[in-house]
Amino acid sequence: MTTIHAPRPTALEVQTDNYLTHSRGFLSWALTLDHKRIGVMYMVGVLASFFVGGMFALLVRTELLTPGQTIPGVTADVYNQFFTLHGAIMVFLVIIPSIPAALGNFVLPIMLGAKDVAFPRLNLGSFYLWVFGACFTLVSLAMGGFDTGWTFYTPYSTTSPAGGVIPVLFGVFVLGFSSIFTGMNFIVTVHKLRPPGMTWFRMPLFLWAIYATAIIQVLATPVLAITLMLLVIERTINIGIFDPSMGGDPVLFQHFFWFYSHPAVYIMILPAMGIISDLISVHAHRHIFGYKFIALSSIAIAIFSFLVWGHHMFISGQSPLLNTLFSLISFSVAIPSAVKVFNWLTTLYKGNISLTTPMLYALSFLVLFTIGGLTGIHLATLNTDVHLHDTYFVVAHFHYVMMGSALIGMIGGLHHWWPKMTGKMYSEALGSTACVIIFIGFNVTFFTQFYLGSKGMPRRYYDYQPEFQVYHVISTLGSYFMASGFFLTAYCLISSLIGGRKAPANPWGGGSLEWQCDSPPPHDNFATQPSVGDCYDFRSLRWDEATQGYVIDPVLAAEAAKHPLH
Amino acid sequence: MTTLPTTHAAPHDAPEHGGHDAHGEHAKYPFLQHHFDTPAHQFGSAKLGMWLFLATEVLFFGGLFVAYAVLRARFPEVFSYASHYLNTIMGGVNTCVLILSSLTMALAVRFAQTNKKNAMLLCLVLTFMGAVGFMVIKYFEYSHKIHQHLVWGKTFYVPPDDAGGEAEKLVLSKAPELPAALVVANPAGPAIPAFEPIPAVEVSAIKAANKAPSGLSTPREQAKEEGLPVASHDAALEHPSLHLSDPKMPANTHMFFAIYYCMTGLHGIHVLAGMVMLAWLIWRGARGDFNSNYFTPVDVGGLYWHIVDLVWIFLFPIFYLIH
Amino acid sequence: MAHNTSHEHNASSEPHPLVGHLVPMWLLFGVGTSLLVLTAITVAVRYIDVGEFNLVIALGVAVVKATLVALFFMHLKWDRPFNLLTFVGSMAFVVLMMAFCLMDTGQYRASQFKGNPPDVESTLQANAPGAPVARFKPDAP
Repeated sequence: MTTIHAPRPTALEVQTDNYLTHSRGFLSWALTLDHKRIGVMYMVGVLASFFVGGMFALLVRTELLTPGQTIPGVTADVYNQFFTLHGAIMVFLVIIPSIPAALGNFVLPIMLGAKDVAFPRLNLGSFYLWVFGACFTLVSLAMGGFDTGWTFYTPYSTTSPAGGVIPVLFGVFVLGFSSIFTGMNFIVTVHKLRPPGMTWFRMPLFLWAIYATAIIQVLATPVLAITLMLLVIERTINIGIFDPSMGGDPVLFQHFFWFYSHPAVYIMILPAMGIISDLISVHAHRHIFGYKFIALSSIAIAIFSFLVWGHHMFISGQSPLLNTLFSLISFSVAIPSAVKVFNWLTTLYKGNISLTTPMLYALSFLVLFTIGGLTGIHLATLNTDVHLHDTYFVVAHFHYVMMGSALIGMIGGLHHWWPKMTGKMYSEALGSTACVIIFIGFNVTFFTQFYLGSKGMPRRYYDYQPEFQVYHVISTLGSYFMASGFFLTAYCLISSLIGGRKAPANPWGGGSLEWQCDSPPPHDNFATQPSVGDCYDFRSLRWDEATQGYVIDPVLAAEAAKHPLH
Repeated sequence: MTTLPTTHAAPHDAPEHGGHDAHGEHAKYPFLQHHFDTPAHQFGSAKLGMWLFLATEVLFFGGLFVAYAVLRARFPEVFSYASHYLNTIMGGVNTCVLILSSLTMALAVRFAQTNKKNAMLLCLVLTFMGAVGFMVIKYFEYSHKIHQHLVWGKTFYVPPDDAGGEAEKLVLSKAPELPAALVVANPAGPAIPAFEPIPAVEVSAIKAANKAPSGLSTPREQAKEEGLPVASHDAALEHPSLHLSDPKMPANTHMFFAIYYCMTGLHGIHVLAGMVMLAWLIWRGARGDFNSNYFTPVDVGGLYWHIVDLVWIFLFPIFYLIH
Repeated sequence: MAHNTSHEHNASSEPHPLVGHLVPMWLLFGVGTSLLVLTAITVAVRYIDVGEFNLVIALGVAVVKATLVALFFMHLKWDRPFNLLTFVGSMAFVVLMMAFCLMDTGQYRASQFKGNPPDVESTLQANAPGAPVARFKPDAP
């Protein structure tokens, strides 16, 4: 092991030589090729979009407090725009780029021991594509918004009178290319920029997850792009490919859309699974259990994700043969997912668990993902899906996996790497309180919706039967509680920037390479090439009171070297 | 982003890199970026990146190929019929133009590898000329078809200068009768005959393939023979929707042209993008950026150009060569 | 990591490139000629009626041509196997999507209704004139 805590530069030098202070001025950020700065810029953009998308969610929930109109001025049409914007912003601007583009950009090259991603200019380009895509979405709001639902189903999307449909289609098209280029960059980086010693099976599991995600991004997103182009053409010059009155086929649109969008839900969840693998192992201070199974299950999920899209179309007119096939294949996704959950639980078992904020998020993930995943089985079953399709049961299910799992994983990862990104420690008390509030608020909001859905409350409805009101009120109150948790998180993180204690290089006791460089990392990531070992072997780490962080103890390291784990 | 060769050396201006640098490689090869060890490392990464991009291109076009397959399976008679309005000669010439430009592109890569700057530039210019030639032929094909009103969507049946909708009525008047079973089930059926695909179109009834390029001028004669309404004055010869009087026209013929314009149009956009890329390569090549050690842009640019060729290799038979 | 430097030794006296593979001239021209010949063949086959086989032959020739371009013009024959896997894999995913879509549309085609039933049509005309499913009217402008 290299002695990274051996002769250190003085404190002053450490402060001046990090990626944040390396150069100054607006252009040094706007034109940066540094993956860390690009990651931070993504993070700022994603969190801002999360705020906007969250506001729309609160508006939707508030409107549903009473049957009929609740907020003055919010008619059914405006309500349609609210939930469409909430969905489109959260999916395309927040969840899809959140972990791969924001956290992944920051962490991936450092974890790998590389100086940068393979194509730094392309990386900056894909960030600007994200910005353009976001701008198009804003333009569409100015041009009359869009009310098609985030899925842009025909014929809603080809006939909706809202003026903003074409700009938002262009926006999502551009966002798709941002996602494609990020994925390409990461695949090449993982293939080509692994330093000597970093073999495939020594990579942290987060990298495996990002790699599997990148495969999906590269293979699935182009199909979305061409589908959206066809929609734009259909809407402008009316070619009729999706229009039954002209010989077209609207179900074909759904095939096209879900060929991308089902893999896309794994673009959202896979990186979160990767984060959770790392969080659980690091904060339980125990070697990850079943490393290869978790790694390969990520790849398996990526492949399976392409074979199950039809389960979104069970009642859309899809043929019984395909319904049966897709139902069967959908069940099989449960296998690699369950492999992961069992391995995480086994890692926790007899672990030395520190209930830090990231660990609380990881535990929340375990609970919420299990609920979300198991209710997915209900929906993959043909006959129950006929009853549950397009009800609040589906809404609750995908919020448990998209928000309760993907976003919670992202927030957990943000807390995990926050000291590394900013060089500041946040208040554990505030952070963990916020996590508990979010967890409770989330379950109050969405567990209620399982009940609502199974009783027959359809999704996307503006009005409802009075007997549903009590559940809607509970759900809305839960969403307010959850929102307060997010605001507390924001306060906790932002206040740490101002008054936070300086972060040590390794505050949690992580074994992967990013914990071997300073917090925040220097411009070139590593002063010297770090040594690559088993990143889940924590036996050589020791808590150091002086730096309030973990350091590599030479004695323990020598002892560990004598007894290799495998 | 500037593309000056000096910036290839170091996007970051940090002088010190530790560790796994192959010492001296960066000093020896000024084009080598700071995070790659050797020229081969950089070249291999660029190639892998390009191949991944080509994979996205395959899936991008793939969506349209799937749409094509679904439509063709649904309306085989439409594809068999409408294909004869495409000019096989022009399509065949365009195929040859693209194949030759692919060959010159492959030669350009070889000349770049062997430090033959002028030969490389000549080949790049020839490739560019091939792209121009392709687009010119494409322009004539498109303008001819649009003039003949072989277009997409409902406008296929309603020419812009046909205010009275005569042409459309003509189509509907020739639409096949519904099968009796359907008429019983749906009394409104006969009002919407245009949607009924012709159950069976005998292949021999369609105009002989070798007459296809001139097929556009025959319907009027046929129409006269068959006593269909044809405007008597000479201007009718210029009527942009002569296909409408073709008695063999199956329902939903516009679908063929919709997918035809989508696929060849998207391909055309890729050719245009390829022309921009080729111009950039010629500019950089003329400046002397490429040599046997550094020709990555020519190589990956060539890969892009070949995939444009590859797509056309499939587009040609599926549109022009339907018997 | 192995890099794809070329270790193929050509008989030619050309300077050996640092990276990439040097494809012999005769091979490039040979492939170009074969592609042109195959184009001529596939055009000729169009005029012969062999029923369903027309499509099979046309696509078969296209696949052969595409393979030639990919292997020799695009250097896949000498490239790293992963690049080949990427390319072939992407095509496999297109085939996968096409297979499922064709299977599905083939299955439900028989049940597809051409136009709207009369009661639906009258309701639509009354309640939602100009709705997307409105039928193709002979007297439409």
